[in-house]
Amino acid sequence: MSFETAFAAALLDPERPAPEGLFDPEGRPAGKRYDVYRNNVVVSLTDALGVAFPVIRALVGEANFRVLARAFLAGHPPRDPRLMLWGDALPGFLETYPRVRTLGYLPDVARLEQAMRESYHAADAPAFDPAGLAALPPEKLTEATFAVAPSVRLLSSRWPALSIWRYNAEPGAPKPQMAAEDVLVSRPGFDPVARLLPTGGAAFAGALAGGAPLGAALGADGVPADFDLDAALTALLQGGAFTQTGDPS
Amino acid sequence: MLDATPSPNRLPCATGVGYKAAYFDAITADPGPVAWVEIHAENYMGEGGRPLAQLRHLAERFAISVHGVGLSIGGEGPLDRDHLARLKHLIGWLDPASFSEHLAWSTHETGFLNDLLPLPYTQATLARVADHIDEVQDALGRRMLLENPSTYLAFQASEMSEIDFLSALTRRTGCGLLLDVNNVFVSATNQQTDATSYIDAFPLHTVGEIHLGGHSEDADDHGAPLLIDSHDAPVVDPVWALYAHTIARGGRKPTLIEWDSDLPDWPVLRAEAERAHGVLEGVRP
Repeated sequence: MSFETAFAAALLDPERPAPEGLFDPEGRPAGKRYDVYRNNVVVSLTDALGVAFPVIRALVGEANFRVLARAFLAGHPPRDPRLMLWGDALPGFLETYPRVRTLGYLPDVARLEQAMRESYHAADAPAFDPAGLAALPPEKLTEATFAVAPSVRLLSSRWPALSIWRYNAEPGAPKPQMAAEDVLVSRPGFDPVARLLPTGGAAFAGALAGGAPLGAALGADGVPADFDLDAALTALLQGGAFTQTGDPS
Repeated sequence: MLDATPSPNRLPCATGVGYKAAYFDAITADPGPVAWVEIHAENYMGEGGRPLAQLRHLAERFAISVHGVGLSIGGEGPLDRDHLARLKHLIGWLDPASFSEHLAWSTHETGFLNDLLPLPYTQATLARVADHIDEVQDALGRRMLLENPSTYLAFQASEMSEIDFLSALTRRTGCGLLLDVNNVFVSATNQQTDATSYIDAFPLHTVGEIHLGGHSEDADDHGAPLLIDSHDAPVVDPVWALYAHTIARGGRKPTLIEWDSDLPDWPVLRAEAERAHGVLEGVRP
């Protein structure tokens, strides 16, 4: 085994002794000196995950979060040095991690937090001018297509994921009530904003993002017959979710 | 310049600080003696948003040093080509005054470990690190600086001193060095060697940048002092003295104050930069 393989293997496994061949200045085994590296790795990655998922941390509590993060990073260490997006596997991990399996809403709240991070770092895009949409003859509206901004993320949760997130992130937010929630994450400026969409809104906006004209998006899977189009368009426009319309002709 | 070697970068011979988003307003309104800032490359590898907007703005005002923390130049495996391509993209559009990385590894087959991990100093590791530096310099089309590490332990396998290892790298690859004076102090304390002797033996003519930062104090299993390169505190007086000795010996060098966690208010960081500025100003250019 190479020195690096031995050195790396023990970093993420507290049960393993420090590797051979490492010494203090007097030639004694390195002991605690090796643990400095072990501690740096585990603490820095745990801290990074906590900064990335502050509401998950608040929901499970600091001590539980550190245990959870330790288990997560053993199986899902960062694949590359861009820690800004590391943690995309956390929602799936939370679905199976035994200690939080009774908290069924955690994975979707984690998906929302990850969506906010992705939105924050997404490419910039020119603002959409809604005047063009207003000038469109009503009969042409169903044929209109939209370019959805790179910073848009959509979530359809059977839990009140947004209400739970707000309750833990925003002082004074109301206590969540049990309900499914569709959520739009978008970035009108530099700060991502999460907005509630009407039921079916994530499916509708997802169809638009896939290039479907508005009329076809209304018929997409998951969009109900009584879909509240006005509420959906209001949220999408206020959130700066579009960059430009396609040619509706 | 006192010596004939061209500077390995375009940083001004003045003080800089490690940039954090929290300082954006303060540093633009009240930079004090700060003439340049250093960013961690990996934090600016997103597609857009505030980080890149701030960086574009800073680059109009300050010289920029890009400091990589994830290239794993000291690693056994090949460099991550995707990561090198991302770095090349950043260096390409930003055209910073300097690029630097560490004599360390951080990525193994298990993934990215987010720490600057040590390597033994052998002919085999020397050849591999030199190849990696060549690859980076070829990809980026510029010379880079390599930083001396903080070390907490020693390898039985090592065949040469750290200074011999670094000097050989500069000769083989043409890279410059980034001398972290706090790392020198931390390593010398931990290895029970003499920090001043290290500076006196260091090839200062190859140094394109100096780092100063804070560390924390612990003890090993036997009660011996164990300093940890934590970048979360002011520079200690013995490191200031070692820095003054370095500048008196090697001439003025671009000098950075590194403070990466438990960030102080801007005036505290600016005061550290002013202290370094005072040392630089007290020495002939």
